[in-house]
Parts: sequence; structure tokens; C-alpha cells
Amino acid sequence: MSHHTIEVKNLSFRYPDGHLALDNVTMSVAPNEKVALVGPNGAGKSTLMLLLNGVLRTREGQIEVCSLPLTDETLGRIRAAVGLVFQNPDDQLFSPRVYQDVAFGPLHMGLPEDEVRARVGRALAAVGMSGYADRISHHLSSGEKKRIAIATVLSMEPEILVLDEPSAGLDPRARRSLIELLRGLEQQTMLISTHDMRLVQELCSRMIVLDEGRCVADGPTEQILDDAALLERHGLEAP
Amino acid sequence: MTLSLSLQERYQAGDSPLHHLDPRVKVVMTLLLILGVVLTPEGAWPAYPLLWAVIGGLAAVGGLGAVRVARAGSVALPFALAAVTLLFTVPGQPIASIFGLPITDAGLTRFLSIMIRSWLAVQAALVLAMSTHFTDLLWALGSLRVPGTLVAIITFMYRYLFTLKDEAARLLRARAARSGILPGYRSGGPLFWRARVAGGMIGNLFLRSYERSERVYAAMLARGYSGQMRMLTPPQLTWGAIWWGAVPVAALLLVEMLAFLVWT
Amino acid sequence: MFLNPVLAMHIPDGFLSVAVALVGWALMVVLVGLALRETRDKLGERQIPLMGILAAFIFAAQMINFPVAGGTSGHLLGGALAAILLGPWSAVLVMLSVISVQALLFQDGGLLALGFNTINMGVITVFVGYAIYNWVQALPGRAHGNRLLAAAIGAWVGVEVAAIATSLELVASGTSPLQIALPAMVGVHALIGVGEALITVGAIAFIQQTRPDLLGETAKKAARGSSWIAVGLLIALLVVFLSPLASPSPDGLERVAADQGFLDAAQDAPYQLLPDYTVPVIKNEALTTIAAGVVGVLVVAGIGYGVGRLNSHGKAGKRGHTV
Repeated sequence: MSHHTIEVKNLSFRYPDGHLALDNVTMSVAPNEKVALVGPNGAGKSTLMLLLNGVLRTREGQIEVCSLPLTDETLGRIRAAVGLVFQNPDDQLFSPRVYQDVAFGPLHMGLPEDEVRARVGRALAAVGMSGYADRISHHLSSGEKKRIAIATVLSMEPEILVLDEPSAGLDPRARRSLIELLRGLEQQTMLISTHDMRLVQELCSRMIVLDEGRCVADGPTEQILDDAALLERHGLEAP
Repeated sequence: MTLSLSLQERYQAGDSPLHHLDPRVKVVMTLLLILGVVLTPEGAWPAYPLLWAVIGGLAAVGGLGAVRVARAGSVALPFALAAVTLLFTVPGQPIASIFGLPITDAGLTRFLSIMIRSWLAVQAALVLAMSTHFTDLLWALGSLRVPGTLVAIITFMYRYLFTLKDEAARLLRARAARSGILPGYRSGGPLFWRARVAGGMIGNLFLRSYERSERVYAAMLARGYSGQMRMLTPPQLTWGAIWWGAVPVAALLLVEMLAFLVWT
Repeated sequence: MFLNPVLAMHIPDGFLSVAVALVGWALMVVLVGLALRETRDKLGERQIPLMGILAAFIFAAQMINFPVAGGTSGHLLGGALAAILLGPWSAVLVMLSVISVQALLFQDGGLLALGFNTINMGVITVFVGYAIYNWVQALPGRAHGNRLLAAAIGAWVGVEVAAIATSLELVASGTSPLQIALPAMVGVHALIGVGEALITVGAIAFIQQTRPDLLGETAKKAARGSSWIAVGLLIALLVVFLSPLASPSPDGLERVAADQGFLDAAQDAPYQLLPDYTVPVIKNEALTTIAAGVVGVLVVAGIGYGVGRLNSHGKAGKRGHTV
């Protein structure tokens, strides 16, 4: 494969308090691939996701998204290409009504009004929430908020969807329907950070294990989930 | 990301005599130092380095680094803009000119005096903040007769300050993450819309804060809260602590006397 | 950088003369004492957790900005918003907590200057903003009951009056000449006030759509005496600051402050600030008149409003704030 959606080379990141969150990470994601990012709390998963979108910046290492190197000039275009879904949907839903939040990305990109409307309609349909446009986000259930949060980035039609702990805090039914929803987005490249190994097994063909800021394993999901010694070493459990 | 960086707490744990000094003495001492600095007559040039020696000396005793405190004391410098026109407007002998406007000697004296006094006062406040944990500071304010309700409110505020600051930072991140740009389109949206989005984020934060306060209140009631915040009995104020605090204040008095009587 | 109200209005120590700073402290002590009594009666044991968490909220809300143009950004100061959400007395305590923590923990604003910083940002924005918010909603015609319009105007005027007060305090301290400080502060804050108004409207709109119950409760309540506080503040502004500056005969405040160089500023500022050898930028006489006019209009409007409220809300006046 010559073209990768995401290409990360020798990436390191240190927080201002001195904590080294990522230590020389190299990885890539190919188009249409669905990759899981697993590892214990504090392994650097969320940091990596924030770096991919340019919310955090570092000088050590390179990030390329759709063959564009991440720089000050390309930052806006990369944010349009990487749709980041945060763990807590309350952080992401900052408009009173569902419609306004799903329209934020397209409006910020300066798309014409009818295009914005069409995209909001498609995004809400894709997450199965078409009737919710005029609802008040604050009053929705956790599962519903999660779907709307995904719609808010789908409306930007990103090249890659990056999800942080998508199934955390959901009841079994909401979790099940979320997995079905993500599986239904077949053409969408995805990078999913999660502790939910059954979700990994069902959705992702490949997984990357991070621990203490290092990439410690990268391979087919089945192969890694079969390696009991590796899982135990990094505080993970087989499903 | 710069946001969460800029709000680092100043306090630096330490084992110096300044750290161990009774916080009540430290608060009173700091207020007197600031009062003295601001009272210094303008143009009393020899007084300023001496005042800095007193404040810098305290910083050094506290292991805070006199130079570092001096550098951090420049936070108030942007406010100089409020006083800079004094250079031209205070009547006096013209000594130089910028853009054709003459700078007067009296104007320069007043402007420099204001800037130096402000810089010294900020350093005194910094020494207090860097050597005293905020909870000790609040306790000291309470025993110095600041109303208990107010101290309790600020204590609560401090408890949730960093939690809510992080929530605000996450909202900002979520907005930044979706602020994409497409080549060939004018991005950013109209100004009014941007302001309304920021307002919406604040509304979101308010509701989460308000609902949190309801949960916290319920949890407090569940633990037997009845409207009174109880405080431990304050330890005795020792003469040793008072003498300790009196030394820099005495030095300040001496400098001020000289400044008023000799140097002006 | 000066378009950030958090920077433009937090006066550091050294910029206010000791006499002026002490007047500010005295005013603050009285007003905060009143606020503590009012809120204790109305909130009871809920006061502490609610005020504390909402003070942390205002602090965090001041971080949320929006890009305006050329690298500048709009920010919230929050006085009017706090007043609309909590009622003016609670808002004073919330703003005082925010301003104290900024001074003690982050050295944003001085300790000696805390008195006037609280008056400017925590009392004037609150009471002026709140009075105008209620007044605009009570107007007949299209503005009647228009909460968002009322919030916008209240927030803008509150910031503007606070800016006038700040510049007058700097003038009285001999830190800034009147004919530069006043137009500069008023001009800059005319813009900052627009940001304040837009953000306040956005926040109120969010809450109105999401939890209208929280707004309904406070909006209908008459805060007993709150409009008189707004009026009193404006009169104080006029009397305490403009009269010693405008009148050539020395009075009490001037004498107290004589040895801080205050007298030079007070006497010379309005009349000889730009000596003959410089080009006078603005005729100071005209400016003093304009400033007096602005404050005068506000006072008249405030008194008219206060009297009107006293008549129409006499009965509702005793209902409490439970937020």
C-alpha cells in the first residue's frame, strides 16, 4: 500500500508538567481500515488522538493525514479530514439543539446553506436519529447523545473517524446498537480507542497496543487477542 | 492548549522558615509591604532597590528565587498602557520626544515610579502566593475576620475551580477539533454565529455547574450538613511568628522614613 | 491584548493611589456585607455550595473565547450574566469570589486594588446590567419581554459604565490623564462590550431553550432595592470622582490624597494636561462635559427606572431569590 490515511512517524509528546505521554510512536492506518487502539489508562491513547487532529501539537515526529503533513498551514484542512469523537458527548454538544451542533462543522467550513442542510440530514440519518434535529441535546439519554456526537463529525464528511472510548458508560442495549451503527459505516476509515475487547473483536480487523507511551504490539486482532502473555503484560483481558 | 498551561498554581511546596510562618502573619505582612510600596513617594529612587531587597530577600529566604519572582512580577506590565500617556501630559521640562510629542521630566518620573511600585507590589503578592498553600491562605483570612460565609464560598470555589477549568478546556478542544477548513471556502462562519457558539458553550458549562451544585448539596446534606461550615480551632499565634514578620515590616518602615524625609 | 476585558479591567497594585484604593475597600466592605445578609436570608444553607461552584463556573467561563479578527478574541467578564442567572446580590458574591481568587492565586489584579476591582467588575456590571435588563424588558413595544435584547443591552452598558468607573479611578489616582483615559477606556470597551453582549445572549439563549425553569424563577423576581444600588453607584461615580476633578476648590478627598501626588493630577489634569507647547488633541472642557452628560443621563434613567419599579413591584418586592 502506497497511500495511507494516517501516517505517524517517531512521534513523541511531553506534557508541560514533564510527563512523557508518547515515546517514539510509529503507526499507520490504510483507507477503509478499522483499527483499534488499546492499552491501560494513561497509555497515551487520548494524547495520540488529540495529536492526530492537531488539538495538541508537538515538534518531535511527523504526522501525515491523507498525504498532508500536519503544519500550521494544513491544520484546518486536517481538522476537516479527521473527525474526532470525544469520550464525553457533553463536551461535544455545546449548542442547545441537535441541529445546530450537527451543523457546526459544515458552517465553520463555510459550505453553502443547502449543502449544510443536506449534510445534517445525511449525518443524522446515518446514526439513525433523523427525527431528532429539533430536540434539546441536554435532555437526551447517554446513548442518544453519543449518536449525535458521531453525527456532528460525520456531517463534516471526514476521511477518518477517530473515536475515544465510544462504548464507555452505555447500557448493554445502547452499546449493542452503537456497535451496529459503527459496523454499518462500512466505507469509513476508523481509529477506535477502547477498553471494550468485545467491541474490538466485532469491529476491528487490526489492533495496536499502547503502553506507557510506546507502541508494544500491532497486528491482526485475532492474533493479538490469542496472545495471553502479551495481554497480561499490558493489563488487558481477552474478551 | 495554552489555556490549561496559563493557569498553573503558583504555590511551591517547601520547608523554609517562610513556608512555616503562620499564614496570618504572612497575610498581614504582605498587605503592609504592598501598602508601603504603593505609598512610596514618586521619584524617591534610592528607596526602590531597597524595597526590592526586602521583598527579594523574603523570596530568597523562602527558596523561591528572588530573580524568578522579579521576572514573574512582570505580569502587570501590559497595564502600563494605562499610564504611558503621563509621559507627555504631566507638566514639566521637555527632555525628549517621540512622534513629535515631548516627554517631560516630571512625566517620566511619575510613569517610572508607577511602574516600579506596581512591579514591587506584584512581587510581594507573588511571594505570599508561592509560599502559602491556598487552603492555608483561606484559613488565615477566616481567622483575620473575613466573613466565614465568604471564606467557605471561596473554599468551595477553589475545590471546583480546576474541575470546571478542565471542563471548559474540553469544550474548547471539542470546538477546535471540528473547526475544519476546506480549500476554496471561506471558513470560520459569521462573527455573530461564532459569538453565539461561545455563548452556547458557556450556557452548557453553566447547566453542568448548576446541576453539579445540586448533587454536591445533596451529598453534603447526606453527610449531616446544616448550613454551618465548621473549622478547626486555630493554633495559637506565637510571638516568634509575629517577630519574624515584624522584621521585613520594620525594614520597610525605615526605607519609607528615609524616602519621605531624605529622598524627596 | 487590551481587547481582553480580563486584562483591561483588572487594575494591578501601584496604579491606584492609597487614598483611592482605601475608598474602594470601604465601598466593597459595605456592599459585600449587604450581599452576604441578603443571600443568607434567601438561600439559607444552599448558599455556600451554590455560590462556590458558580464562582468556579464564572472563572472557567472567562476562558471561553471566540475569534474576532486579526488574532483578537472576544471574552466574557460575566457580571451581567451572573446577575441575570442568580439575581444581583448573589452575583456580587460570585464575582467577588472570582476577583479575589484571581488576585490571590494568579496575581490578576492587585490586593490593594481589590476594592475597586470588585466594585467595577463585580458590582457595577452586576447592578447596572441587571437594572437595564429588567428595564428594557418592561419597556412597551417590541422590546417588551424580549429577554435576549434586554440581556444584550444590559451586558453592554454594564461593561461601559464599569470602564468609565475604572478610568475615573485611574484619573483620581493621578495614573492617567482624564482626556485620554476616559475616551480610550470607553472606546475600547464599546467593542469589548459587544463581545460581552453577544456571549451573554448566547448563554442565556442556551439556558432559555434547555432549562427555561432556571431563568423564569429569577427573571420575575424584583430584587429589593437593587435598582437603588445601581442608581446610588452612578451618583457616587458622579459625586466622588467628577466633582473634585471638575471643581477648582480643593475638598476632603483631595486633601487626604494631597501627598500622593494626587493633587497635581486632580488640579492639573483637567486644565493644564497638555501644556502650550503640545498640540491639544481634544478640548478637555468638552470632554468633562460629555462625561458628566453620560453619567447624568444614566443617573436620570436609573432614577426614573427605580421610581417606576418601586411603584409597580412594591408587592412582589418581598419574594425571595431561591435561584
